[in-house]
Amino acid sequence: MAQKKAKITERKQEVLKGLKAFGTSVYNQLDQGVFPSVNMPSRSTENITYDERLRQYILGEKIVGRSTRNIRHIKPFTQLAWVALFSNELTSQRKTSTLRDVYYSAQAYEMTFSDQQESNNIITDLETLTGFAREDFNIFPEERSAIFGDLDVAYTVPGYEGKSVNLTSHPDGVLIGPAITSSEFLKTSANKIIAIEKGALFTRFIEESVHSKHKSLLISCGGQAPRQTRSFIRRLHDELNLPVFILTDGDPWGMHIAQVIISGSANAAHLRDLNTPDAVWSGVWASDIIEYKLPTDPLDEVDIKRLYELQKDPRYQNDPIWQREIKTFLKIRRKTELEAFSRYGLTYIVDKYLPTKLEAVPDVAAGPDKKKK
Amino acid sequence: MSQATFEEMSVSDFFYRNRDIAGLTNPSRSIFVAIREVVENSLDAAESQKIPPDVYVRLSFEAEATKETQIYKLRVQDNGCGIQPQFIPSAFGQVLYGSKYKLKQARGTFGLGGKMAVLYGQITTHKPVLVTSSTGQEKIYSFKLMIDIQRNKPIILDRKVITNKDNWRGTVIEFTLEGDYLRAMPKIIEYFKQTALVNPYANITFVDPKGRLYKFTRATSVMPDPPTETLPHPYGVDVELLQRLIQVTTCTNMSTFLRQHFHRVGEITAQKFLDFAGLPVSKNPKKLSHEEIVKLMQNLKRYKDFLPPDASCLSPLGEELLKAGVMKELNPEYLVVHQRKPSTYAGHPFIVEMAIAYGGGVPKTGNFVIYRFANKIPLLYDEASDVAYKVISAMTWRRYKVTPDMPIAILIHVCSTKVPYKTVGKEFISDRIEVRKEEANAIREVSRQLSHFLTRQEHVHMEKKRLSIFNKYLPRIAEFSTTLSGQTKRPDIDKLLKSVQKYGTEES
Ligand SMILES: Nc1ncnc2c1ncn2[C@@H]1O[C@H](COP(=O)(O)OP(=O)(O)OP(=O)(O)O)[C@@H](O)[C@H]1O
Ligand SMILES: [Mg+2]
Repeated sequence: MAQKKAKITERKQEVLKGLKAFGTSVYNQLDQGVFPSVNMPSRSTENITYDERLRQYILGEKIVGRSTRNIRHIKPFTQLAWVALFSNELTSQRKTSTLRDVYYSAQAYEMTFSDQQESNNIITDLETLTGFAREDFNIFPEERSAIFGDLDVAYTVPGYEGKSVNLTSHPDGVLIGPAITSSEFLKTSANKIIAIEKGALFTRFIEESVHSKHKSLLISCGGQAPRQTRSFIRRLHDELNLPVFILTDGDPWGMHIAQVIISGSANAAHLRDLNTPDAVWSGVWASDIIEYKLPTDPLDEVDIKRLYELQKDPRYQNDPIWQREIKTFLKIRRKTELEAFSRYGLTYIVDKYLPTKLEAVPDVAAGPDKKKK
Repeated sequence: MSQATFEEMSVSDFFYRNRDIAGLTNPSRSIFVAIREVVENSLDAAESQKIPPDVYVRLSFEAEATKETQIYKLRVQDNGCGIQPQFIPSAFGQVLYGSKYKLKQARGTFGLGGKMAVLYGQITTHKPVLVTSSTGQEKIYSFKLMIDIQRNKPIILDRKVITNKDNWRGTVIEFTLEGDYLRAMPKIIEYFKQTALVNPYANITFVDPKGRLYKFTRATSVMPDPPTETLPHPYGVDVELLQRLIQVTTCTNMSTFLRQHFHRVGEITAQKFLDFAGLPVSKNPKKLSHEEIVKLMQNLKRYKDFLPPDASCLSPLGEELLKAGVMKELNPEYLVVHQRKPSTYAGHPFIVEMAIAYGGGVPKTGNFVIYRFANKIPLLYDEASDVAYKVISAMTWRRYKVTPDMPIAILIHVCSTKVPYKTVGKEFISDRIEVRKEEANAIREVSRQLSHFLTRQEHVHMEKKRLSIFNKYLPRIAEFSTTLSGQTKRPDIDKLLKSVQKYGTEES
């Protein structure tokens, strides 16, 4: 565990080093009487490719330059320098900030952004430039998801250093925020992680004691999982060595929520470790609709359009299950929700469906997972 | 059944009854027209001798007349050529009597304006006009006159002669009239301002009934060359004029007749034209039959090879004076003036002068301010009927980067031996194709230059903005990077800031 703590401090040191390196480069250029400039990988769509080996999107070779000699670049460059300085303060003083806070703090420095989107973009620039995620700079989005299960963590945030807590201590679950994502993992009895698309079902699982019956850490994604939740899942998987199972609604949108946790998104192609390639989509599959005779709704036009898009998406090529399920959806033209299992009684999904899926799934997903290890 | 009765009407009676054609339509317009006519006579009188005019105008309150109108006394004094005593009574007491029927540019043309003012004064106040004048010789003559409207003849009530000790030269005219000064005031002041603009070599002083003094001081004493009198051009003749010339001529053959009485006709031209017209050179003009005169007139118009009239009979302001006038009265940020080459319509030479002024003292009114002048007279009424208005409206201003909300004044001066006015009131110029073409070409020329200026100004503006961006951001970058890199001393960015500046001036 001490080793893990060192790892967290080590990463912080690296982040600070990266920020300082940027500052020094700009300082030296100015000092030598040249217009400061920076180069970073381009995030334009032509430069985003899917890497089969890493099983995530990455940026290609294309580089873009930002030079202060250019009248159109000098303002975003100044904003970038400011965001770097602000991140440096947050990181070294171990304070956190939301994206919105950054936007407002800028005004105190007379460094106004015309809108939130502009400041978000500059933060993404800093991520691309340094290779660290904004969470590394202690900048977090507003949306939060939750975790519940038998895991002892020790805080590292100021004022709570060394304090530990068990993540079953609060029946609503614990928010996945900066305090949790920066904590050290001490001890767990869980042998798996179950990520659930919807908050309602997450609550049901807690009520039904899924965490103890199935020895699992439960995570509520709250729809499309936020970036910090995705990177947190990755950490849990890597550091605790636990398999990850994802439960979503049985429609193209739910399927894709699972896919983003597994393979990441194009928007984060400049970052690493936000996705968990070994995670498994456990359901609800299109074939489950048939097998469990679930109540359904017809697919509407946008659903079908989305399915055809996903069929071509590179992330859907490496595991045969995706193509199989897309085809089934298109064949039956029906979709369903996790709640549909209630037709067999409130505990059916926990007592019958889940155990079957948890057993069945590793076989299907075993291929890439086993090969890698 | 009653019988029709016939009577004769004198010209003064005619104009008295139809005074609205001269612009004397209501008490406020009338007082404006009266002042204008008298001042224009004064300017003509000085300019004809190349004397920088000094015109002193005083309008003073005499008595209340009606609810809206008052009786005023108008007194105008000038340093012009003066009038010889034998002409004074008729010049001011007989309608259609004047010295400006000649073929050269002058403000006056009809022999009517001054008299209409006097006549208006007489019928509204029943008082005589007082004229004092000297040509600079030993004597000064003073006349007290009234007009016999029915006979169109002056009535001399008094005549005084005094010795001219100080060699004074000029004319003073003084008479009373009814009017509504308060209503007319804005137009009158505008009239003086624009007159000062287009006569930058004149001193004009106006004291109004409230005792307020408006003084327009000359910006230069350089005068345009006075026009020289010219003969009628063959293209401008009519049968009436031909008959008159034949009556007075002493020439006994057609060649000398044409050469002596027409502009731009020399021996060879006369010869060629007579061949064209099928008239023998030796023909005595006095022997021409009425039919032959009509045919001659038609052939004169039809013959293609007469040289166009020259412009020595015109006295345009010239680009320098026009510039001086506009600078003096409008003080714009940017000014471009342009004088067109002489042109003609129906045998009458004319010249268009154009100016466009931008910014500075030019007001922003949401539309272009248009200043129209004809033979150095400001035209203040009926703007929308003037050909200039049509020309300006027809411009594709977008192409010149010009929008109506810019502070822009457009100034058009048309001078001619015969300004194509639509009315006797001298208010607007009619839409003659030749005039319209000249005005359109002139305005395109000045607009082109203005658009260059606007582009340049936009560049300068952009450049300023560019520099201000560097000045704003580079120091911040220096500040942030100093803190971020843990340095204590700020890097020196003066050289960088200077380099963008240098780059900037090279660019513009
Ligand atoms: N201030 C003056 N000094 C010298 N001569 C003058 C003066 N005022 C008038 N005259 C003479 O009196 C004549 C008549 O003036 P009036 O204003 O009636 O007619 P006009 O100026 O010839 O033509 P218009 O009708 O166009 O004004 C002029 O032609 C001029 O010879
Ligand atoms: Mg006159």
